[in-house]
Amino acid sequence: MGEKIKVDRVTKSFSIRDNDQKGASKEFTAISNMEFSVNEGEFLTIVGPSGCGKSTLLDLLGGLSTPTKGRILLDGQEIKGPGLDRGTVFQQYALFPWKTARGNIEFGLEAKGIPKREWRAQSDHYLDLVGLKSFADRYPHELSGGMKQRVAIARSLAFNPDVLLMDEPFAALDAQTRETLQSELLRIWEKTKKTIIFITHGIDEAVYLGQRVVILSANPGRVKKIVSIPLTHRLADADIRSNPAFVKARHEVWSLLHEDEYAGLYI
Amino acid sequence: MVAISKQVKSSRRLQKLTFNPLLTLQKLFKQSIVLLLFLVTWEVAPRIGLVDPAFFPTFSEVAASWWNMLITNELFSHFSASIIRSIAGFGLAIVVAIPLGLIIGWYPIARDLLNPILELFRNTAALALLPVFILLLGIGETSKIAIVFFACTWPILLNTIAAVRNVDPLLIKSARSMNISSFALFYKVILPASIPTMFTGIRMAGTGAILVLIAAEMVGAKEGLGYFITYSQYNFMIPEMYAGIITISLLGLLINYGLLALEKRLSRWKQDPNA
Repeated sequence: MGEKIKVDRVTKSFSIRDNDQKGASKEFTAISNMEFSVNEGEFLTIVGPSGCGKSTLLDLLGGLSTPTKGRILLDGQEIKGPGLDRGTVFQQYALFPWKTARGNIEFGLEAKGIPKREWRAQSDHYLDLVGLKSFADRYPHELSGGMKQRVAIARSLAFNPDVLLMDEPFAALDAQTRETLQSELLRIWEKTKKTIIFITHGIDEAVYLGQRVVILSANPGRVKKIVSIPLTHRLADADIRSNPAFVKARHEVWSLLHEDEYAGLYI
Repeated sequence: MVAISKQVKSSRRLQKLTFNPLLTLQKLFKQSIVLLLFLVTWEVAPRIGLVDPAFFPTFSEVAASWWNMLITNELFSHFSASIIRSIAGFGLAIVVAIPLGLIIGWYPIARDLLNPILELFRNTAALALLPVFILLLGIGETSKIAIVFFACTWPILLNTIAAVRNVDPLLIKSARSMNISSFALFYKVILPASIPTMFTGIRMAGTGAILVLIAAEMVGAKEGLGYFITYSQYNFMIPEMYAGIITISLLGLLINYGLLALEKRLSRWKQDPNA
């Protein structure tokens, strides 16, 4: 397994309005000296308290903004802007409401410059992959939250990116739908062999999905620790969340996230 | 039990599918009863002397004169003069204000520069400028089309600017993450996302177009429905005057329904709050 992405000592700061001094601005560091790497075909989850710079990190990975210091490498090349080698799935779906499920998927195909005659077969394929073949002609407002997120995942997969960036994609869904989509995402991952970076604030979700979990600390965002999860065959075990290995890993992540609380930092 | 419930279900479905004349009649009744009562009051009030029939003729008399003018083609020339003016001014406003609004909405610098003057013009009643238009452009077609154009431009322009500014930033982010060009972003995301708000402005402009046009025709014109109404009043052709007013209502309804149908077609994807 080669190294797919390298986050190399990345710092990102913004200038924000200074509340103490009228009209002045001050520097705010969202991410400080962050460093980790993601292997080819790996499912990496990132978990952290609010203010740990999750969204900032995702924007950097997506190429929508650039680091203040350091760099991010994708296949050894520095990321300098957005590209179709990465697909992003957002928490609020970000589907185009004037396009049907199929139309949304074809938007990505068109962006990639795939010839129009191939769109139909491709969109059919990805709709089928997320189990929405019979909903191809529905508009987003006619779909449930879970279905919308499936369409969004299909849209991101359709232009065949190497890396899938997911920004708390299941946070807005109810618990049952979330569990279904989690296992479906694992199934899709096994099928497509994509490298996935999945940001979440759910500890269970992070442990269930990730081969490794990156734990961030907040203010400014830093990597606290990276925990390997020794689970295999997650899909074969019907109730993996009761598996002792899962429970142990979950506890480890939980303790790391809550250490600061007990030290009195957040109280 | 099962058989019975199945039967009930299927008969219910049948009821939904078959045409129910009673229900249709009921709906028709609900929709037209108040309108009918209004017309009956109109008919009866002059007859029983509640209002002076000389100034307020019965509905049947007005309808008869309307019909008479229709078959002698007298009405048509005024109607077509008005509708051509309003469509010309309105169409011109759409062609100018939408692209302009898209540009102003998209470029913050254009917005900052133009906003004060736009606010000034928007708050200037179009009719207050009628004398200026007549002085500059005469009392011919040009001044009338120009004032309709002026009145229609502001609601369309300002709503288009607002529409572009209020496009969900997440949609823009999502499209940008797919590395599409600025032009594609504009054409494929900003434009379709702006259509519903844009249409609010277009419909406001449609109502404004009629209002301003009729007023302009009343002040100075040789044909058109506004002119016809004042002309009939001066010549004491009272039933004809009312017939002209009814025609204006019909013209307004026509334009509004046309725009609604167009809007429905262009924003089929929108959730209908009444559905």
